[in-house]
Amino acid sequence: MKQSEKQADSFWGNFALSAAALMIVGLLVVLPLLVVLKEAFAGGVRVWLASVSDPDARSAVWLTLGVAAAVVPLNTVFGVAAAWALAKFRFKGRSLLLSLVDLPFAVSPVVAGLIFILVFGRHGWLGAWLTDHHLRVVFAVPGILLATLFVTFPFVARELIPLMTEQGSEEEQAALSLGATGWQTFLKVTLPNIKWGLLYGIILCNARAMGEFGAVSVVSGHIRGETNTLPLHIEVLYNEYRFTASFACASLLAGLAVVTLILKTVVELKSARDAA
Amino acid sequence: MSISIQNVSKKFGAFQALHNVNLEVPSGSLTALLGPSGSGKTTLLRIVAGLESVDEETGGQILFDGVPVTGNPVNRRQVGFVFQHYALFRHMTVFENIAFGLRVKPRAERLSGPAINERVNELLRLVQLEQLAKRFPSQLSGGQRQRIALARALAIQPKVLLLDEPFGALDAQVRSELRRWLRHLHDTIHVTSIFVTHDQEEALEVADSIVVMNKGQVEQVGAPNEVFQNPATEFVMKFLGEVNVFHGRLHNDTPVFTDELKDADGVRLLVRPHDLAVRLRPGPGVSLPAQVYRVLTAGPLVKIELLNSQNNLVQVHVPHDVYLAMPVKSGQEVYLVPKESRLYGNGNERIEYVI
Repeated sequence: MKQSEKQADSFWGNFALSAAALMIVGLLVVLPLLVVLKEAFAGGVRVWLASVSDPDARSAVWLTLGVAAAVVPLNTVFGVAAAWALAKFRFKGRSLLLSLVDLPFAVSPVVAGLIFILVFGRHGWLGAWLTDHHLRVVFAVPGILLATLFVTFPFVARELIPLMTEQGSEEEQAALSLGATGWQTFLKVTLPNIKWGLLYGIILCNARAMGEFGAVSVVSGHIRGETNTLPLHIEVLYNEYRFTASFACASLLAGLAVVTLILKTVVELKSARDAA
Repeated sequence: MSISIQNVSKKFGAFQALHNVNLEVPSGSLTALLGPSGSGKTTLLRIVAGLESVDEETGGQILFDGVPVTGNPVNRRQVGFVFQHYALFRHMTVFENIAFGLRVKPRAERLSGPAINERVNELLRLVQLEQLAKRFPSQLSGGQRQRIALARALAIQPKVLLLDEPFGALDAQVRSELRRWLRHLHDTIHVTSIFVTHDQEEALEVADSIVVMNKGQVEQVGAPNEVFQNPATEFVMKFLGEVNVFHGRLHNDTPVFTDELKDADGVRLLVRPHDLAVRLRPGPGVSLPAQVYRVLTAGPLVKIELLNSQNNLVQVHVPHDVYLAMPVKSGQEVYLVPKESRLYGNGNERIEYVI
């Protein structure tokens, strides 16, 4: 085959692959996003504003933000601790812990929700004890917190484990030999080395915490104005055929997704620059 | 500060890394731990630093100036540790790397800001890299990184300086330059130092004292000259340089080298390539027949490769003038006469003998 023919071949090959990729992305990602926006603003900006500021919608937004505000810091701490232990030390049960970190990814969120019902529900293992002490977990905010905590647990740890494994622990050993305490070593050596990976994990964890549907849907009880998070609120509106209101709220989550993507890109660029 | 290592053993799972090691390192000396990989030398160094624990069952102890430090964690031992791969803090400048040990001290012991600056600059001068203070580790060459790592370790005025294969990751030329520099530095600051190496040339050139290790045990301790000239065991002899091995047996306290293969009461005669003379006729005493296989004249010494009667390769190194006085060709039958040699039996210990 002549050189020019070969090049022509690879040109058409590249073109076909790129076109296919763009078409898939357009069809599955861009088009739905545009549809959400179009439907959200179908009744004009005023209707959108009214839908978003409806008391139930507002309560859903606050609940979602509150859950994320509680869950993300907790899972950041858990994630860093788990990654630290798994990446820097070799101990008995390490591979078991490694699999457990991945468990929330492997289990369907609905099943995760059901687990909490089985444990904390009225007929669950701890149900009688909780009722005696007038504590409500399932169909209340604590249940939503627990379910979200469970589902978003792997994000930070999963992001950090490969990074920390690759970096090894020699810098930490050097810091210790120079007289630093364990806490100083963590703050001055470990944390700066993992900051971009950590930030990336936090962003992903936050996106999932705000968007989680399956597990939360099972444990929330759908009490309007009380235990409906934003994704649940959207579903309720949709099931009631209030499409415009439903898409208006969905546009908020879509906005969150766009912000997440932008932040993610910024973090990736920064970390690449740091590594260079 | 002297270091005393007493009855130290260490197991990693089923692997016995160290087996009851005892060692005294005199104050102010520069000691090399020399051995092949897996001999336990790095483990021993890390135990002295406190980066690894001593197995408790055997009651092992580490003492600095006679005071046990076995229970002290690494951050309270005041040791300077230099890693093979530098382990510089990648997000800090060279200046901040060196200042780290001074900045993390408890407030009561910490120097003032200007005093820290002064100390760091002093160390940068000591390692001759003042111009690099604002660079990041990734912008330095390997040799520069290792010198910064050394300056960082010295910043805390360590009682002992421990170096784990400090030149292992560097190329040959930088390595020999840094070796000389390390020796010079040690002569300036006199801090008790131990460095680990698998390179016998490095140990012979730099150290005051060499500790040869094998399979988690100390084989021999001595000055470079002593270890090289009087290797206590066959292992030490083989590890400290190229060596030719001749198998034979003892007959009336005199070794006999025949075509017979090694047997139970066999002995081995070890001769360095430069301790063999090539003769055209057998002389009195031991002279071993061999056939010239190849002659390499390019290099500082002429290297003659021969096959002995057991068809094993024998190496002989002779100066050019000696070779020119009596050149040999490949295929020629000659006799090898050891000028200097050591005899070892099955016990690995050296045997005295007369030729």
